[in-house]
Amino acid sequence: MQSKLNVSCRHPAPARYLPPRPSSVLPVPTTDPVLALRGAGRRYGERVVLREVSLELERGQTLVVFGPNGAGKTTLLRILATLLRPHAGEVEVLGRSLPGDGYAVRGRIGFLGHEALLYRELSGRENLRYYARLYRAAPARADAVLDAVGMQARADDPVAELSRGMVQRLAIARTVLHEPELLLLDEPLANLDPAASAQVAPLIGARAPGRPTRVVTSHDPSGGLRDADLALGLKGGRVAFLAPAAEIRPQQIAELYA
Amino acid sequence: MRSTVAALLAKELTLEWRTREAVPAMVLFSIATYVVFHFGLDRDRVVGDLAAGVLWVTLLFAAILGINRMFVAEHEQGGFDGFLLAPVDRTAMLIAKATTLFCFLCVVELVAVPAFALLLLGPPLTQALPQLVLVLLLTNVGIAVVGTLVAGLAIQTRARDLIVSLLALPLLVPVVLAATRAATPLLQDGGAGALPGNWMAILAIYDLLFALIAYAVFDFLLED
Repeated sequence: MQSKLNVSCRHPAPARYLPPRPSSVLPVPTTDPVLALRGAGRRYGERVVLREVSLELERGQTLVVFGPNGAGKTTLLRILATLLRPHAGEVEVLGRSLPGDGYAVRGRIGFLGHEALLYRELSGRENLRYYARLYRAAPARADAVLDAVGMQARADDPVAELSRGMVQRLAIARTVLHEPELLLLDEPLANLDPAASAQVAPLIGARAPGRPTRVVTSHDPSGGLRDADLALGLKGGRVAFLAPAAEIRPQQIAELYA
Repeated sequence: MRSTVAALLAKELTLEWRTREAVPAMVLFSIATYVVFHFGLDRDRVVGDLAAGVLWVTLLFAAILGINRMFVAEHEQGGFDGFLLAPVDRTAMLIAKATTLFCFLCVVELVAVPAFALLLLGPPLTQALPQLVLVLLLTNVGIAVVGTLVAGLAIQTRARDLIVSLLALPLLVPVVLAATRAATPLLQDGGAGALPGNWMAILAIYDLLFALIAYAVFDFLLED
């Protein structure tokens, strides 16, 4: 399992919950990674919110990120999405160095954050058509993703009149509108009922064949690990653990939130 | 780039049509101010430099209302992030926002200038109108460019309204000065005089200068 994962830590972070791993367990990747972070860090003013994160992720793999509120999960995703600059270390996404080459990868990334990034006074269809024009996607693609998230019936209602779950479904539709190679998903199933979760799961790459590379944040140990190849635990901006998902024990995740 | 600007512009105009937040406020402010001038100056009619001053100072303060609202939807509803994530030239937002403000100012003036003529202006507007429109258009370009730049800067701060006023008003003084001087002969008693080419040139150069500055720095205002 580990040899298939091609997980490497060139700057090993303090392993507070895992024993030190021999280097043979973390082989050097055989292909170019989709994501490569080497000692990445970020601060807001004087406050360091992310420090010394190093990992690599290959095409088609899923990294699940656990951590309590304020652990640095969203900051990590926003750095990978080119929305924030790393203040320390190196970050490569889809083979391009950030932030310098951000322009080259933006159209290949799908980012789902805490905010839906939808205009409340526009309808879901208008929002998606607007984003389709920005991403140079066919207008028909907007209708296709509306169908896929089960929002065709309410597609012409203003977003302001929709429930949070419906807005989340539209946000997922926006995220996958341009068929990105890399999905950055911040708690993608938040506010969704079980039926809606099952409906959008194939869209965001869970259990889908040939799925995109994904970085997903989660607070759900079993659900988060189920579709993941690699698990990262963050606490106070530091790496608490980084290991193949199959090796992570629920206790380790529980300790993050203690 | 053209397609991106068109998409942004369509979105901006649709949002304003749905919310009616900026233009009605700017129109009502302009008319209310002319009414206040009417009674405050205790005059039925103003001419020449006073007329030009009243016209443009009022339009400037009305524009500040629109500038304050320019990036609110982007800031509050995540439009900035949505735009920054897309593989598009960031200058498209500058062009779209400045064009939107330009359009708003034109719509406001369609109501505010006749209201000014009705409430305050001494000489009839009809004779001066073609040349006045030229001055209005050049002034609108200046206000739109400077306003977009200042609004993009101010939206990143907590004191948005204060920053817009503190930065935009001094930066727009040359625009108002040039517009007032250019329009003064047009609003004289006894018929419209010739349009002063030097003030029009100053207005055009100022517009161009700030368009170049905005083009150079706008990307950095949007970046982290």
